[in-house]
Amino acid sequence: MNDPMWLDNPAITDQMWPAAVETLLMTAWSTGLAVLFGLPLGIWLFTASKGGLNSNQFVYRVLSFIVDVTRSIPFIILIIALIPFARFVVGSALGWQATVVSLTIGAIPFYARLVENSLREVSEGKVEAALMMGASNGQVIRQVYVPEAKPGLIGAATVTSVTLVSYTAMAGAVGGGGLGALAISYGYQRYQADTMIACIIVLVLIVTLIQFIGDRLARAVDHR
Amino acid sequence: MIELRALRKVFGDTVALEEIDLSVPAGEIHGIVGRSGAGKSTLIRCLTGLDSPTSGTVSIDGVDLTNRSGAGLREARRNIGMVFQHVNLLDSRTALHNVAQPLKIAGIGKAERLAKARELLDFVGLGDRVDNYPAQLSGGQKQRVGIARALAAEPKVLLCDEPTSALDASTTDQILGLIRSLRDRLGITVLIITHEMSVVREICDSVTLLADGRVAKTGKLAEVLSEPGSALAKDLVPLPPVGIDDSEGRLVEVSLAGTDLPTVLTAAQKAGVSAEAILAGAVETIEGRQIGRLRFTVGSAEQSNGLISALKADGIYAEEAA
Repeated sequence: MNDPMWLDNPAITDQMWPAAVETLLMTAWSTGLAVLFGLPLGIWLFTASKGGLNSNQFVYRVLSFIVDVTRSIPFIILIIALIPFARFVVGSALGWQATVVSLTIGAIPFYARLVENSLREVSEGKVEAALMMGASNGQVIRQVYVPEAKPGLIGAATVTSVTLVSYTAMAGAVGGGGLGALAISYGYQRYQADTMIACIIVLVLIVTLIQFIGDRLARAVDHR
Repeated sequence: MIELRALRKVFGDTVALEEIDLSVPAGEIHGIVGRSGAGKSTLIRCLTGLDSPTSGTVSIDGVDLTNRSGAGLREARRNIGMVFQHVNLLDSRTALHNVAQPLKIAGIGKAERLAKARELLDFVGLGDRVDNYPAQLSGGQKQRVGIARALAAEPKVLLCDEPTSALDASTTDQILGLIRSLRDRLGITVLIITHEMSVVREICDSVTLLADGRVAKTGKLAEVLSEPGSALAKDLVPLPPVGIDDSEGRLVEVSLAGTDLPTVLTAAQKAGVSAEAILAGAVETIEGRQIGRLRFTVGSAEQSNGLISALKADGIYAEEAA
Protein backbone atom coordinates (compact mmCIF):
# COMPACT_ATOMS: atom_id res chain seq x y z
CA MET A 1 0.00 0.00 0.00
CA ASN A 2 3.03 2.22 0.31
CA ASP A 3 3.89 2.00 -3.34
CA PRO A 4 5.19 5.27 -4.75
CA MET A 5 2.38 7.19 -6.43
CA TRP A 6 2.00 9.46 -9.47
CA LEU A 7 5.28 11.07 -10.46
CA ASP A 8 7.21 8.80 -8.08
CA ASN A 9 5.65 5.73 -9.65
CA PRO A 10 8.07 4.25 -12.22
CA ALA A 11 5.13 2.74 -14.08
CA ILE A 12 4.11 6.30 -14.90
CA THR A 13 7.44 8.06 -15.18
CA ASP A 14 9.31 5.36 -17.10
CA GLN A 15 6.65 3.44 -18.96
CA MET A 16 3.96 5.95 -19.80
CA TRP A 17 5.86 7.68 -22.60
CA PRO A 18 6.96 4.55 -24.50
CA ALA A 19 3.44 3.12 -24.07
CA ALA A 20 1.89 6.30 -25.48
CA VAL A 21 4.30 6.20 -28.42
CA GLU A 22 3.32 2.59 -29.06
CA THR A 23 -0.35 3.48 -28.99
CA LEU A 24 0.26 6.33 -31.43
CA LEU A 25 2.32 4.08 -33.70
CA MET A 26 -0.36 1.38 -33.67
CA THR A 27 -3.10 3.91 -34.37
CA ALA A 28 -1.17 5.66 -37.12
CA TRP A 29 -0.11 2.48 -38.91
CA SER A 30 -3.47 0.80 -38.70
CA THR A 31 -5.34 3.97 -39.75
CA GLY A 32 -3.00 4.39 -42.69
CA LEU A 33 -3.35 0.77 -43.76
CA ALA A 34 -7.11 0.76 -43.18
CA VAL A 35 -7.46 3.80 -45.45
CA LEU A 36 -5.11 2.28 -48.03
CA PHE A 37 -7.17 -0.91 -48.29
CA GLY A 38 -10.56 0.35 -47.10
CA LEU A 39 -10.83 3.16 -49.65
CA PRO A 40 -10.68 0.87 -52.69
CA LEU A 41 -12.94 -1.65 -50.94
CA GLY A 42 -15.44 1.10 -50.13
CA ILE A 43 -15.33 2.35 -53.72
CA TRP A 44 -15.85 -1.18 -54.94
CA LEU A 45 -18.80 -1.65 -52.56
CA PHE A 46 -20.30 1.62 -53.74
CA THR A 47 -19.87 1.04 -57.46
CA ALA A 48 -21.31 -2.47 -57.16
CA SER A 49 -24.30 -1.29 -55.13
CA LYS A 50 -27.70 -0.60 -56.61
CA GLY A 51 -27.54 2.49 -58.82
CA GLY A 52 -23.73 2.42 -58.73
CA LEU A 53 -21.53 2.92 -61.76
CA ASN A 54 -20.99 -0.78 -62.16
CA SER A 55 -23.94 -2.18 -60.31
CA ASN A 56 -23.69 -5.89 -59.61
CA GLN A 57 -25.97 -7.32 -56.96
CA PHE A 58 -23.98 -10.54 -56.63
CA VAL A 59 -20.65 -8.80 -56.08
CA TYR A 60 -22.30 -6.33 -53.72
CA ARG A 61 -23.91 -9.05 -51.59
CA VAL A 62 -20.67 -11.02 -51.31
CA LEU A 63 -18.62 -7.94 -50.38
CA SER A 64 -21.29 -6.73 -48.03
CA PHE A 65 -21.44 -10.10 -46.30
CA ILE A 66 -17.69 -10.21 -45.75
CA VAL A 67 -17.68 -6.65 -44.45
CA ASP A 68 -20.60 -7.26 -42.09
CA VAL A 69 -19.20 -10.52 -40.74
CA THR A 70 -15.84 -8.92 -39.99
CA ARG A 71 -17.55 -5.96 -38.36
CA SER A 72 -19.76 -8.07 -36.16
CA ILE A 73 -16.95 -10.09 -34.59
CA PRO A 74 -16.05 -8.49 -31.25
CA PHE A 75 -12.62 -7.02 -31.65
CA ILE A 76 -11.00 -8.86 -28.76
CA ILE A 77 -12.04 -12.14 -30.39
CA LEU A 78 -10.84 -10.99 -33.79
CA ILE A 79 -7.37 -10.33 -32.32
CA ILE A 80 -7.17 -13.80 -30.83
CA ALA A 81 -8.46 -15.38 -34.01
CA LEU A 82 -5.88 -13.48 -36.03
CA ILE A 83 -2.89 -14.46 -33.87
CA PRO A 84 -1.64 -17.07 -36.38
CA PHE A 85 -2.07 -14.59 -39.23
CA ALA A 86 -0.24 -11.85 -37.33
CA ARG A 87 2.58 -14.27 -36.57
CA PHE A 88 2.77 -15.10 -40.26
CA VAL A 89 2.89 -11.43 -41.30
CA VAL A 90 5.22 -9.88 -38.70
CA GLY A 91 6.89 -12.98 -37.29
CA SER A 92 5.48 -12.63 -33.78
CA ALA A 93 2.09 -12.72 -32.11
CA LEU A 94 3.19 -10.23 -29.45
CA GLY A 95 4.06 -6.54 -29.46
CA TRP A 96 2.53 -3.58 -31.21
CA GLN A 97 3.52 -4.69 -34.72
CA ALA A 98 1.42 -7.82 -34.36
CA THR A 99 -1.47 -5.75 -33.04
CA VAL A 100 -1.32 -3.51 -36.11
CA VAL A 101 -2.15 -6.55 -38.24
CA SER A 102 -5.37 -7.33 -36.40
CA LEU A 103 -6.26 -3.66 -35.97
CA THR A 104 -5.95 -3.17 -39.72
CA ILE A 105 -8.02 -6.23 -40.53
CA GLY A 106 -10.68 -5.03 -38.11
CA ALA A 107 -10.66 -1.43 -39.39
CA ILE A 108 -10.69 -2.06 -43.16
CA PRO A 109 -14.37 -3.09 -43.37
CA PHE A 110 -15.31 -0.37 -40.89
CA TYR A 111 -13.69 2.32 -43.00
CA ALA A 112 -14.96 0.77 -46.25
CA ARG A 113 -18.57 1.11 -45.06
CA LEU A 114 -18.01 4.73 -44.11
CA VAL A 115 -16.43 5.34 -47.53
CA GLU A 116 -19.45 3.80 -49.23
CA ASN A 117 -21.74 6.16 -47.34
CA SER A 118 -19.59 9.21 -48.02
CA LEU A 119 -19.58 8.50 -51.76
CA ARG A 120 -23.35 8.17 -51.69
CA GLU A 121 -23.53 11.83 -50.59
CA VAL A 122 -22.09 13.03 -53.91
CA SER A 123 -24.96 14.32 -56.02
CA GLU A 124 -26.02 12.32 -59.03
CA GLY A 125 -25.99 15.48 -61.15
CA LYS A 126 -22.23 15.92 -60.80
CA VAL A 127 -21.72 12.34 -61.91
CA GLU A 128 -24.05 12.75 -64.88
CA ALA A 129 -22.24 15.94 -65.85
CA ALA A 130 -18.93 14.06 -65.93
CA LEU A 131 -20.47 11.16 -67.86
CA MET A 132 -21.79 13.69 -70.35
CA MET A 133 -18.26 14.97 -70.84
CA GLY A 134 -17.37 11.48 -71.93
CA ALA A 135 -15.77 10.37 -68.66
CA SER A 136 -15.10 6.68 -68.07
CA ASN A 137 -16.11 5.07 -64.77
CA GLY A 138 -12.53 5.33 -63.54
CA GLN A 139 -12.44 9.03 -64.37
CA VAL A 140 -15.75 9.60 -62.61
CA ILE A 141 -14.37 7.94 -59.48
CA ARG A 142 -11.04 9.78 -59.53
CA GLN A 143 -12.28 13.16 -60.73
CA VAL A 144 -15.75 13.38 -59.19
CA TYR A 145 -16.51 10.94 -56.39
CA VAL A 146 -13.25 11.00 -54.47
CA PRO A 147 -12.50 14.76 -54.64
CA GLU A 148 -16.12 15.72 -53.96
CA ALA A 149 -16.40 13.30 -51.03
CA LYS A 150 -12.99 14.23 -49.62
CA PRO A 151 -14.27 16.04 -46.50
CA GLY A 152 -16.44 13.01 -45.73
CA LEU A 153 -13.62 10.58 -46.42
CA ILE A 154 -11.34 12.48 -44.03
CA GLY A 155 -14.10 12.57 -41.42
CA ALA A 156 -14.50 8.82 -41.83
CA ALA A 157 -10.76 8.30 -41.38
CA THR A 158 -10.95 10.36 -38.17
CA VAL A 159 -13.78 8.23 -36.80
CA THR A 160 -11.85 5.09 -37.75
CA SER A 161 -8.72 6.41 -36.08
CA VAL A 162 -10.54 7.21 -32.84
CA THR A 163 -12.13 3.78 -32.86
CA LEU A 164 -8.69 2.28 -33.39
CA VAL A 165 -7.35 4.04 -30.27
CA SER A 166 -9.89 2.18 -28.19
CA TYR A 167 -9.10 -1.04 -30.04
CA THR A 168 -5.41 -0.65 -29.21
CA ALA A 169 -6.39 -0.49 -25.57
CA MET A 170 -8.33 -3.74 -25.92
CA ALA A 171 -5.40 -5.32 -27.67
CA GLY A 172 -3.38 -4.52 -24.58
CA ALA A 173 -5.32 -7.23 -22.77
CA VAL A 174 -3.78 -9.91 -24.97
CA GLY A 175 -0.20 -8.72 -25.08
CA GLY A 176 -0.64 -5.97 -27.60
CA GLY A 177 1.44 -3.30 -25.93
CA GLY A 178 0.69 0.39 -25.66
CA LEU A 179 -1.34 2.27 -23.07
CA GLY A 180 -3.92 -0.49 -22.86
CA ALA A 181 -1.33 -3.01 -21.79
CA LEU A 182 0.06 -0.58 -19.21
CA ALA A 183 -3.39 0.16 -17.81
CA ILE A 184 -4.21 -3.53 -17.52
CA SER A 185 -0.93 -4.81 -16.14
CA TYR A 186 -0.37 -1.99 -13.65
CA GLY A 187 -3.67 -0.20 -13.21
CA TYR A 188 -5.84 -3.32 -13.10
CA GLN A 189 -3.68 -6.29 -12.10
CA ARG A 190 -1.50 -4.37 -9.61
CA TYR A 191 -4.27 -2.11 -8.35
CA GLN A 192 -2.40 1.10 -9.26
CA ALA A 193 -5.27 3.53 -9.57
CA ASP A 194 -2.84 6.35 -10.45
CA THR A 195 -1.48 4.45 -13.44
CA MET A 196 -5.01 3.66 -14.60
CA ILE A 197 -6.08 7.31 -14.34
CA ALA A 198 -2.90 8.54 -16.04
CA CYS A 199 -3.48 6.10 -18.92
CA ILE A 200 -7.06 7.32 -19.33
CA ILE A 201 -5.94 10.95 -19.36
CA VAL A 202 -3.32 10.29 -22.04
CA LEU A 203 -5.84 8.29 -24.12
CA VAL A 204 -8.34 11.14 -23.90
CA LEU A 205 -5.61 13.57 -24.99
CA ILE A 206 -4.72 11.37 -27.95
CA VAL A 207 -8.33 11.07 -29.05
CA THR A 208 -8.86 14.82 -28.70
CA LEU A 209 -5.75 15.48 -30.75
CA ILE A 210 -6.84 13.09 -33.52
CA GLN A 211 -10.29 14.64 -33.65
CA PHE A 212 -8.80 18.14 -33.78
CA ILE A 213 -6.43 17.29 -36.64
CA GLY A 214 -9.17 15.41 -38.51
CA ASP A 215 -11.60 18.33 -38.25
CA ARG A 216 -8.95 20.77 -39.40
CA LEU A 217 -8.05 18.64 -42.41
CA ALA A 218 -11.67 18.10 -43.38
CA ARG A 219 -12.35 21.81 -43.18
CA ALA A 220 -9.26 22.63 -45.24
CA VAL A 221 -10.48 20.54 -48.19
CA ASP A 222 -14.13 21.54 -47.87
CA HIS A 223 -15.04 24.28 -50.32
CA ARG A 224 -18.81 23.88 -50.15
CA MET B 1 -27.68 18.63 -86.71
CA ILE B 2 -29.99 16.93 -84.22
CA GLU B 3 -32.22 14.22 -85.64
CA LEU B 4 -34.70 12.11 -83.73
CA ARG B 5 -36.55 9.39 -85.64
CA ALA B 6 -39.57 7.53 -84.26
CA LEU B 7 -38.15 7.70 -80.78
CA ARG B 8 -39.98 5.61 -78.24
CA LYS B 9 -39.18 4.99 -74.61
CA VAL B 10 -41.07 2.68 -72.33
CA PHE B 11 -40.52 2.20 -68.61
CA GLY B 12 -42.28 -0.99 -67.59
CA ASP B 13 -45.92 -0.38 -68.48
CA THR B 14 -45.55 3.37 -68.85
CA VAL B 15 -44.91 4.88 -72.22
CA ALA B 16 -42.73 7.92 -71.57
CA LEU B 17 -42.09 8.90 -75.18
CA GLU B 18 -43.90 7.84 -78.34
CA GLU B 19 -43.23 8.62 -81.99
CA ILE B 20 -40.93 11.51 -81.39
CA ASP B 21 -39.66 12.90 -84.68
CA LEU B 22 -37.59 16.00 -84.46
CA SER B 23 -35.01 17.68 -86.57
CA VAL B 24 -33.02 20.73 -85.60
CA PRO B 25 -30.87 22.27 -88.33
CA ALA B 26 -27.38 23.57 -87.55
CA GLY B 27 -27.20 26.96 -85.88
CA GLU B 28 -30.77 26.95 -84.71
CA ILE B 29 -32.06 27.43 -81.17
CA HIS B 30 -34.83 24.94 -80.59
CA GLY B 31 -37.03 24.89 -77.54
CA ILE B 32 -38.75 21.84 -76.13
CA VAL B 33 -41.59 22.78 -73.88
CA GLY B 34 -44.17 20.86 -71.97
CA ARG B 35 -45.61 20.46 -68.51
CA SER B 36 -43.78 18.34 -66.00
CA GLY B 37 -44.34 14.71 -66.82
CA ALA B 38 -44.64 15.44 -70.53
CA GLY B 39 -41.43 13.53 -71.20
CA LYS B 40 -38.90 16.36 -71.42
CA SER B 41 -36.41 14.81 -69.02
CA THR B 42 -36.69 11.38 -70.60
CA LEU B 43 -36.10 12.98 -73.97
CA ILE B 44 -32.92 14.68 -72.86
CA ARG B 45 -31.66 11.49 -71.22
CA CYS B 46 -32.19 9.68 -74.53
CA LEU B 47 -30.46 12.49 -76.39
CA THR B 48 -27.38 12.17 -74.24
CA GLY B 49 -27.24 8.42 -74.07
CA LEU B 50 -27.78 8.42 -70.30
CA ASP B 51 -30.83 6.31 -71.15
CA SER B 52 -31.22 4.29 -74.28
CA PRO B 53 -34.50 4.54 -76.18
CA THR B 54 -36.70 1.47 -76.48
CA SER B 55 -36.78 2.02 -80.23
CA GLY B 56 -36.03 4.74 -82.74
CA THR B 57 -32.82 6.61 -83.34
CA VAL B 58 -31.05 9.67 -82.03
CA SER B 59 -28.31 11.17 -84.11
CA ILE B 60 -26.25 14.24 -83.48
CA ASP B 61 -24.11 15.66 -86.25
CA GLY B 62 -24.68 12.49 -88.24
CA VAL B 63 -23.51 10.24 -85.41
CA ASP B 64 -26.06 7.71 -84.21
CA LEU B 65 -25.99 7.60 -80.42
CA THR B 66 -28.49 4.80 -80.00
CA ASN B 67 -26.24 1.89 -80.76
CA ARG B 68 -23.21 3.16 -79.00
CA SER B 69 -21.85 2.13 -75.66
CA GLY B 70 -18.57 2.24 -73.80
CA ALA B 71 -15.77 4.14 -75.51
CA GLY B 72 -17.84 4.89 -78.61
CA LEU B 73 -20.55 6.55 -76.56
CA ARG B 74 -18.01 8.50 -74.50
CA GLU B 75 -16.41 9.73 -77.71
CA ALA B 76 -19.77 10.83 -79.13
CA ARG B 77 -20.70 12.63 -75.91
CA ARG B 78 -17.70 14.91 -76.29
CA ASN B 79 -19.51 16.49 -79.24
CA ILE B 80 -22.37 17.49 -76.98
CA GLY B 81 -22.11 20.29 -74.47
CA MET B 82 -24.58 20.03 -71.65
CA VAL B 83 -25.93 22.77 -69.40
CA PHE B 84 -27.89 21.67 -66.34
CA GLN B 85 -30.56 23.32 -64.23
CA HIS B 86 -28.52 22.76 -61.09
CA VAL B 87 -25.27 23.46 -62.95
CA ASN B 88 -23.55 20.49 -61.26
CA LEU B 89 -20.16 22.11 -60.78
CA LEU B 90 -17.65 20.32 -58.60
CA ASP B 91 -17.55 22.08 -55.22
CA SER B 92 -13.99 20.90 -54.68
CA ARG B 93 -12.65 22.65 -57.78
CA THR B 94 -12.23 26.29 -58.73
CA ALA B 95 -14.14 27.78 -61.65
CA LEU B 96 -11.04 27.37 -63.80
CA HIS B 97 -10.64 23.67 -63.05
CA ASN B 98 -14.35 23.06 -63.47
CA VAL B 99 -14.25 24.54 -66.95
CA ALA B 100 -11.12 22.54 -67.76
CA GLN B 101 -12.66 19.26 -66.63
CA PRO B 102 -14.05 18.11 -70.01
CA LEU B 103 -10.57 18.66 -71.48
CA LYS B 104 -8.96 16.75 -68.64
CA ILE B 105 -11.34 13.88 -69.34
CA ALA B 106 -10.39 14.08 -73.02
CA GLY B 107 -6.74 13.77 -72.01
CA ILE B 108 -5.59 17.27 -72.93
CA GLY B 109 -2.41 18.48 -71.21
CA LYS B 110 -2.65 20.70 -68.16
CA ALA B 111 -1.18 23.92 -69.57
CA GLU B 112 -3.31 23.74 -72.68
CA ARG B 113 -6.58 22.97 -70.91
CA LEU B 114 -6.12 25.67 -68.29
CA ALA B 115 -5.33 28.25 -70.97
CA LYS B 116 -8.46 27.25 -72.85
CA ALA B 117 -10.54 27.36 -69.65
CA ARG B 118 -9.26 30.84 -68.87
CA GLU B 119 -10.23 31.98 -72.35
CA LEU B 120 -13.73 30.54 -71.96
CA LEU B 121 -14.25 32.16 -68.58
CA ASP B 122 -13.27 35.45 -70.17
CA PHE B 123 -15.76 34.75 -72.93
CA VAL B 124 -18.63 34.32 -70.46
CA GLY B 125 -17.55 37.42 -68.55
CA LEU B 126 -15.98 35.74 -65.54
CA GLY B 127 -12.34 36.42 -66.31
CA ASP B 128 -11.83 37.78 -62.80
CA ARG B 129 -13.41 34.76 -61.09
CA VAL B 130 -11.14 31.97 -62.28
CA ASP B 131 -9.88 31.08 -58.81
CA ASN B 132 -13.24 31.20 -57.07
CA TYR B 133 -14.90 28.05 -55.83
CA PRO B 134 -18.54 27.52 -56.86
CA ALA B 135 -19.69 28.33 -53.31
CA GLN B 136 -18.25 31.83 -53.79
CA LEU B 137 -20.28 32.49 -56.94
CA SER B 138 -23.88 33.61 -57.41
CA GLY B 139 -26.42 31.42 -59.18
CA GLY B 140 -26.04 33.29 -62.45
CA GLN B 141 -22.24 33.18 -62.24
CA LYS B 142 -22.36 29.44 -61.58
CA GLN B 143 -24.49 28.94 -64.66
CA ARG B 144 -21.98 30.99 -66.69
CA VAL B 145 -19.23 28.69 -65.47
CA GLY B 146 -21.50 25.76 -66.41
CA ILE B 147 -21.90 27.15 -69.92
CA ALA B 148 -18.17 27.79 -70.26
CA ARG B 149 -17.59 24.18 -69.18
CA ALA B 150 -20.10 22.91 -71.72
CA LEU B 151 -18.19 24.76 -74.45
CA ALA B 152 -14.73 23.55 -73.42
CA ALA B 153 -14.58 20.55 -75.73
CA GLU B 154 -15.87 22.69 -78.63
CA PRO B 155 -19.09 20.76 -79.12
CA LYS B 156 -21.32 21.29 -82.12
CA VAL B 157 -24.45 20.95 -80.04
CA LEU B 158 -25.40 22.52 -76.75
CA LEU B 159 -28.13 20.81 -74.77
CA CYS B 160 -29.64 22.96 -72.06
CA ASP B 161 -31.84 21.27 -69.49
CA GLU B 162 -33.90 23.96 -67.77
CA PRO B 163 -30.87 26.28 -67.74
CA THR B 164 -32.64 29.20 -66.13
CA SER B 165 -35.29 27.58 -63.96
CA ALA B 166 -33.32 28.15 -60.78
CA LEU B 167 -32.51 31.79 -61.60
CA ASP B 168 -34.32 35.06 -61.09
CA ALA B 169 -35.76 37.04 -63.98
CA SER B 170 -32.90 39.42 -64.70
CA THR B 171 -30.26 36.69 -64.37
CA THR B 172 -32.38 34.56 -66.69
CA ASP B 173 -32.23 37.32 -69.29
CA GLN B 174 -28.45 37.52 -68.99
CA ILE B 175 -28.02 33.77 -69.38
CA LEU B 176 -30.39 33.67 -72.35
CA GLY B 177 -28.50 36.57 -73.90
CA LEU B 178 -25.28 34.61 -73.44
CA ILE B 179 -26.75 31.52 -75.09
CA ARG B 180 -27.97 33.57 -78.02
CA SER B 181 -24.56 35.18 -78.46
CA LEU B 182 -22.95 31.72 -78.45
CA ARG B 183 -25.14 30.73 -81.34
CA ASP B 184 -24.42 33.97 -83.18
CA ARG B 185 -20.68 33.89 -82.61
CA LEU B 186 -19.91 30.18 -82.67
CA GLY B 187 -22.74 28.90 -84.84
CA ILE B 188 -23.52 26.24 -82.26
CA THR B 189 -26.84 24.41 -82.40
CA VAL B 190 -28.83 24.75 -79.21
CA LEU B 191 -31.60 22.60 -77.79
CA ILE B 192 -33.31 24.06 -74.73
CA ILE B 193 -35.62 22.06 -72.58
CA THR B 194 -37.77 24.34 -70.49
CA HIS B 195 -41.11 24.84 -68.88
CA GLU B 196 -40.67 28.61 -68.91
CA MET B 197 -42.50 30.21 -71.77
CA SER B 198 -40.41 33.36 -71.40
CA VAL B 199 -37.34 31.35 -72.44
CA VAL B 200 -39.08 30.25 -75.64
CA ARG B 201 -40.26 33.76 -76.36
CA GLU B 202 -36.80 35.21 -75.77
CA ILE B 203 -34.49 33.04 -77.78
CA CYS B 204 -36.05 30.12 -79.61
CA ASP B 205 -36.21 30.02 -83.41
CA SER B 206 -38.30 26.90 -83.40
CA VAL B 207 -40.18 24.99 -80.78
CA THR B 208 -41.64 21.59 -79.99
CA LEU B 209 -44.49 21.16 -77.58
CA LEU B 210 -44.51 17.81 -75.83
CA ALA B 211 -47.66 16.52 -74.23
CA ASP B 212 -48.09 13.04 -72.73
CA GLY B 213 -44.87 11.86 -74.34
CA ARG B 214 -45.85 12.89 -77.84
CA VAL B 215 -45.07 15.82 -80.07
CA ALA B 216 -48.17 17.97 -79.81
CA LYS B 217 -46.80 20.67 -82.06
CA THR B 218 -43.52 21.49 -83.71
CA GLY B 219 -42.23 24.14 -86.09
CA LYS B 220 -40.87 27.66 -86.35
CA LEU B 221 -41.91 29.70 -83.36
CA ALA B 222 -43.95 32.26 -85.27
CA GLU B 223 -45.73 29.56 -87.30
CA VAL B 224 -46.60 27.46 -84.31
CA LEU B 225 -47.88 30.47 -82.46
CA SER B 226 -49.95 31.90 -85.26
CA GLU B 227 -51.86 28.69 -85.74
CA PRO B 228 -55.41 29.45 -84.65
CA GLY B 229 -56.29 27.99 -81.27
CA SER B 230 -52.66 27.05 -80.64
CA ALA B 231 -52.25 25.55 -77.21
CA LEU B 232 -48.73 26.88 -77.14
CA ALA B 233 -49.91 30.42 -77.80
CA LYS B 234 -52.23 30.11 -74.82
CA ASP B 235 -49.30 29.16 -72.63
CA LEU B 236 -46.89 31.65 -74.15
CA VAL B 237 -49.15 34.66 -74.04
CA PRO B 238 -51.44 33.99 -71.11
CA LEU B 239 -54.47 36.12 -70.52
CA PRO B 240 -54.36 38.04 -67.29
CA PRO B 241 -56.69 36.52 -64.75
CA VAL B 242 -59.90 38.50 -64.41
CA GLY B 243 -62.60 38.02 -61.83
CA ILE B 244 -66.01 37.61 -63.42
CA ASP B 245 -68.94 39.00 -61.47
CA ASP B 246 -71.58 38.09 -64.03
CA SER B 247 -71.99 34.35 -63.55
CA GLU B 248 -74.66 34.26 -66.25
CA GLY B 249 -72.22 35.57 -68.85
CA ARG B 250 -70.63 33.51 -71.59
CA LEU B 251 -66.98 33.86 -72.51
CA VAL B 252 -65.68 33.84 -76.06
CA GLU B 253 -62.00 33.61 -76.78
CA VAL B 254 -60.68 35.03 -80.00
CA SER B 255 -57.27 34.28 -81.45
CA LEU B 256 -55.45 37.17 -83.04
CA ALA B 257 -53.31 34.80 -85.06
CA GLY B 258 -53.35 35.71 -88.75
CA THR B 259 -55.44 38.80 -88.20
CA ASP B 260 -55.28 42.03 -86.26
CA LEU B 261 -57.21 43.94 -83.65
CA PRO B 262 -59.28 46.29 -85.91
CA THR B 263 -60.45 43.35 -88.06
CA VAL B 264 -61.63 41.47 -84.98
CA LEU B 265 -63.46 44.51 -83.60
CA THR B 266 -65.18 45.22 -86.89
CA ALA B 267 -66.32 41.62 -87.14
CA ALA B 268 -67.55 41.66 -83.55
CA GLN B 269 -69.53 44.82 -84.15
CA LYS B 270 -71.38 43.05 -86.96
CA ALA B 271 -72.60 40.58 -84.35
CA GLY B 272 -73.63 43.46 -82.11
CA VAL B 273 -70.75 43.08 -79.69
CA SER B 274 -68.78 46.21 -78.91
CA ALA B 275 -65.22 46.65 -77.71
CA GLU B 276 -66.60 47.22 -74.21
CA ALA B 277 -67.35 43.51 -74.02
CA ILE B 278 -63.61 42.75 -74.02
CA LEU B 279 -62.88 41.35 -70.60
CA ALA B 280 -59.22 40.63 -71.08
CA GLY B 281 -56.66 40.62 -73.79
CA ALA B 282 -53.03 39.82 -74.33
CA VAL B 283 -51.14 40.74 -77.44
CA GLU B 284 -47.50 40.33 -78.22
CA THR B 285 -45.42 40.72 -81.33
CA ILE B 286 -43.17 37.77 -81.94
CA GLU B 287 -40.97 37.83 -85.04
CA GLY B 288 -43.08 40.56 -86.59
CA ARG B 289 -46.40 38.84 -86.08
CA GLN B 290 -49.11 39.73 -83.64
CA ILE B 291 -49.82 36.85 -81.33
CA GLY B 292 -52.47 36.98 -78.69
CA ARG B 293 -56.02 36.53 -77.67
CA LEU B 294 -59.01 38.55 -76.63
CA ARG B 295 -61.70 37.39 -74.27
CA PHE B 296 -65.19 38.77 -74.79
CA THR B 297 -67.97 38.44 -72.31
CA VAL B 298 -71.49 38.23 -73.71
CA GLY B 299 -74.90 37.78 -72.13
CA SER B 300 -76.27 34.57 -73.56
CA ALA B 301 -75.51 31.43 -75.50
CA GLU B 302 -77.25 32.89 -78.53
CA GLN B 303 -75.05 35.94 -78.45
CA SER B 304 -71.90 33.92 -78.06
CA ASN B 305 -72.85 31.67 -80.98
CA GLY B 306 -73.63 34.74 -83.05
CA LEU B 307 -70.28 36.28 -82.23
CA ILE B 308 -68.35 33.11 -83.00
CA SER B 309 -70.04 32.60 -86.37
CA ALA B 310 -69.59 36.27 -87.29
CA LEU B 311 -65.89 36.03 -86.52
CA LYS B 312 -65.51 32.74 -88.33
CA ALA B 313 -67.16 34.26 -91.38
CA ASP B 314 -64.27 36.68 -91.50
CA GLY B 315 -61.76 33.88 -91.07
CA ILE B 316 -61.04 34.61 -87.44
CA TYR B 317 -60.62 31.76 -84.99
CA ALA B 318 -62.90 31.95 -81.98
CA GLU B 319 -64.21 29.51 -79.43
CA GLU B 320 -66.31 29.53 -76.35
CA ALA B 321 -64.11 29.50 -73.30
CA ALA B 322 -64.87 27.57 -70.17
